[in-house]
Amino acid sequence: MRTSSRTPDRALRRDAAALAAAMVAVGASFGAITIAYGLPVWVPVLMSLIVFAGGSQFLAVGLIAAGNPVAAVLAGLLLNARHLPFGLAVAQAAGPRLRHRLIGSHLMTDEVVAFTLAEQDPARRRRTYWLIGVTLFTSWNAGTALGVWLGGATGDPTVLGLDAAFPAGLIALILPSLRDRDTRLAALAGAGVAVLLTPVLPAGLPVLCALLGLAALIRPRRRRPAGDHPATDPAVRQEAATC
Amino acid sequence: MLIAAILALAIGTYTMRLAGVLLRERLDLPAGLQRLLPMAAATLLTALAATAALTDGGGFAGVARPAGVAVGAVVAWRRAPFVVVVVAAAATAALLRLAGID
Repeated sequence: MRTSSRTPDRALRRDAAALAAAMVAVGASFGAITIAYGLPVWVPVLMSLIVFAGGSQFLAVGLIAAGNPVAAVLAGLLLNARHLPFGLAVAQAAGPRLRHRLIGSHLMTDEVVAFTLAEQDPARRRRTYWLIGVTLFTSWNAGTALGVWLGGATGDPTVLGLDAAFPAGLIALILPSLRDRDTRLAALAGAGVAVLLTPVLPAGLPVLCALLGLAALIRPRRRRPAGDHPATDPAVRQEAATC
Repeated sequence: MLIAAILALAIGTYTMRLAGVLLRERLDLPAGLQRLLPMAAATLLTALAATAALTDGGGFAGVARPAGVAVGAVVAWRRAPFVVVVVAAAATAALLRLAGID
């Protein structure tokens, strides 16, 4: 998508601007919803600054408003547990120095990881990580402040269809990775597991269970004479055996 | 109590983010596992997109949202720019709801 463009950095900035606009809108609805729950003004502002993980913030204020702060913490942490494998996957993109890793870690979100994985070159990965990370942090917090300021106004992201925009944006970012056969197999199997488990497990756990999709890559080694299975690619079998 | 809950969530979330980043630098992972890490991240993101598109609070998300995501996915598959994908998905869902289809 972006890699085919002649001016990749301009394309990246344009993508970042589109994401920022959507983030301001969702952040504003988060701020407005929190105020509508009757929580103090500093709650959404502080959360957006120090938690900076949209889904878990919505979940947490809902549970806090329901009078269950312990559940809010546990559910929020469960939802954010995917950041540990994310960190393992994009660690190099944050930067070589401890300072980069300490600050860069806080900027890690689903969108940052998806944008970063869509790049191949290490230098571009790093630029992408920081550009998208800083853009999202800024727009998310500006949006939260806007929502708090607007207060009672409707904080419903579904009116603008923003609930559909985010999964669609994620899909656009993951598509290049899915061109790899093994990744596609694991991702689709994992997504199926997650969707099927969503009605029966607490929020956050189904997505983690998607890692079971990686088991789809384990194939039994066939010990048959060469030529018996001309369609089987030996390179693919080799890769599967190393996993 | 309220501030303690927010701090606990913030510290826990940051710890999980930092743990992955720091562990990756300290561990000398075998080649097979190194190849598996981006695949694991892509799998988590795909599952996140699928559950966000199809489900809402443990139930089915209705018609408007999955339809919007489907339009966005087709547009993305045709290699449209990111902003077009996002706007197409949001506009489809918003228009369907405007027409009374949720």
